Amino acid sequence: MRSYAIAYRGICQRRVSSLITIGAVALACSMLMLVWAFKKEAERSFAGANGGFDAVLGPRGSKLQIVLNGLYHLDESPGLMKWEDYEQIAKFPAVESAYPIAVGDNYRGYRLVGTLPEYLKNHYYADGRHFELEAGGELFSEESMLAVAGSLAARRLGIGVGDTFQPYHGLIFNENAKHEEVYTISGVLEPTGTPADRVIWIPIKGIQTMSGHNPAAATDISAVLLKFKQGANMAGFQLDMLYNKQGNRLTLAWPANRTIIQFFDKISWFDKALQAMAALVAIIAGGSILAILYNAMNERRRDIAVLRSLGARKMTVFSISLLEALGMTLAGVIAGFAVYALFGFWVGEIVQRETGVALNPFKGNAAMIWAPIGMLGIGFLSGLVPSVKAYRIEVSRNLS
Amino acid sequence: MSLLSIKGLVKRYPSDSGALVDVVRIPSLLVEPGEQILLKGESGSGKSTLLNLIAGIVVADEGEITLSGENICDLSESARDAHRARSLGYVFQNFNLLNGYTSLENVELGMSFGSGVDRSYAKNLLDRVGLGNRHNYTPEQLSQGQKQRVAVARALSNRPKLVLADEPTGNLDPTNAKLSLDLIQSLCRENGAALILVSHDSGMDEKFERTLELSELNQAGLAGIGGVGA
Repeated sequence: MRSYAIAYRGICQRRVSSLITIGAVALACSMLMLVWAFKKEAERSFAGANGGFDAVLGPRGSKLQIVLNGLYHLDESPGLMKWEDYEQIAKFPAVESAYPIAVGDNYRGYRLVGTLPEYLKNHYYADGRHFELEAGGELFSEESMLAVAGSLAARRLGIGVGDTFQPYHGLIFNENAKHEEVYTISGVLEPTGTPADRVIWIPIKGIQTMSGHNPAAATDISAVLLKFKQGANMAGFQLDMLYNKQGNRLTLAWPANRTIIQFFDKISWFDKALQAMAALVAIIAGGSILAILYNAMNERRRDIAVLRSLGARKMTVFSISLLEALGMTLAGVIAGFAVYALFGFWVGEIVQRETGVALNPFKGNAAMIWAPIGMLGIGFLSGLVPSVKAYRIEVSRNLS
Repeated sequence: MSLLSIKGLVKRYPSDSGALVDVVRIPSLLVEPGEQILLKGESGSGKSTLLNLIAGIVVADEGEITLSGENICDLSESARDAHRARSLGYVFQNFNLLNGYTSLENVELGMSFGSGVDRSYAKNLLDRVGLGNRHNYTPEQLSQGQKQRVAVARALSNRPKLVLADEPTGNLDPTNAKLSLDLIQSLCRENGAALILVSHDSGMDEKFERTLELSELNQAGLAGIGGVGA
């Protein structure tokens, strides 16, 4: 019988305590991987889900709020801006494209975003990728009462081409705030993995002139999404100077990506807290391995002495004990990957549902290497003390 | 050439006062191949210490123990472990089977550190000791007599040249004790192994070729003191 088989039997004989230890290792390992992977993946995905825009121009207010509202369809707009502001910036020589958006209504909690049909028709939301409509769909025109649903919104709401709906006022669903207008779904977008998936697109005039909205703001918009011409490196600086430094009526959030990365930097304390918790669980798991094997060693002095009397060398019983520690840790690490996969899938679904941003937690990341190696290191170190104890057991004193 | 040769063997342990006292002091002992010796002695006479010295579990302070031509007192600890696995079988009074392992696995454990696991031989041994239908029973499921038979099978699993039996019948009722003794002796003969059996039971003398009184053999004169493992 090989050492690993004897170690395996030792783990099985202390089934309950071994399972608790394996669970603690799995929890620690999966937490470390999840915290790390989601931080990196969220940063990458959110920064990459800028919809192909370089900047967002919005009413005077927080850059983060403007970016969240304009590009990620989260949060509220800090206010309204004039249509003329859109026309002015659209003429700026370095701007390749500018699309106005207006928000303020929803359909059963899914945000309605008013824009120009050219946005869905001409804009590249990622390198070389246009918005595509599912078969049988068509875009709305500026004056129509048609709507195009993002793929996630359509799936969640159970709506498709030909279905009609009445928008609700506000960004939060309130049954009693139904507008009179009836829109017909003319198309459903193919999934893009961006926030565009979880909104319903309608003509911008539809939002501006919706019944119950202030007629005085019938030409106002919420933000302008901007893409600069290739090579126009100075455009951002110039516009930043124009709107943010010299002006006081509007805010330019540029570069859009950096705003999000700065946001993640601001909440990095949360990652650190989670990582500290995961590290604590890892230490507890290591302590658990040490305690279980150390106590077991007290109960198993006779067994160790018997093995020695049968000819097992000191290093053999040392390695059996160490293999038990490493075996439990390895089982915990494997279980940790399973927990990671389950939670990764679950959290990824939630993030996509809430933000439209598709995370890929299964994409390889450094934590998938250092977390298991770190846990195995902790298991090894925790196994050393009881293994030394096994090594030192005096055979003649422990043989009955 | 003798299988086992002991010369000037001394083992000392600290007494309660801290001074070292002789527990074993044996000037000479020879055991021939296949010979069966009964070593009689009272509790504390140094029986178990002597067996542990021969097994290389305990290191002698003086003297030589030559087994199969190799002085085990000159060997390193790991070499003594290997020598024990290769050349010796050990039967304990309390059997010392590992709980959680089946009879077959206990016998295989005996092979693990010696000649290597030979499952068919392990099964044959269990069949030979009358446990052919108990291969998969754990010690908790066996009677005392059955446990002893597993221990005997384990002791013979590496085809040892010498079997050491420390009060092997001490925990058995008279019927089982007789059966067990017969089994140990016959199996040792079948396997060509010498046997040193320690007991304080006076009714075994006629079954052995040679009977030694430890009180005469061991000149330490410590009967009743009770050294470590004695």
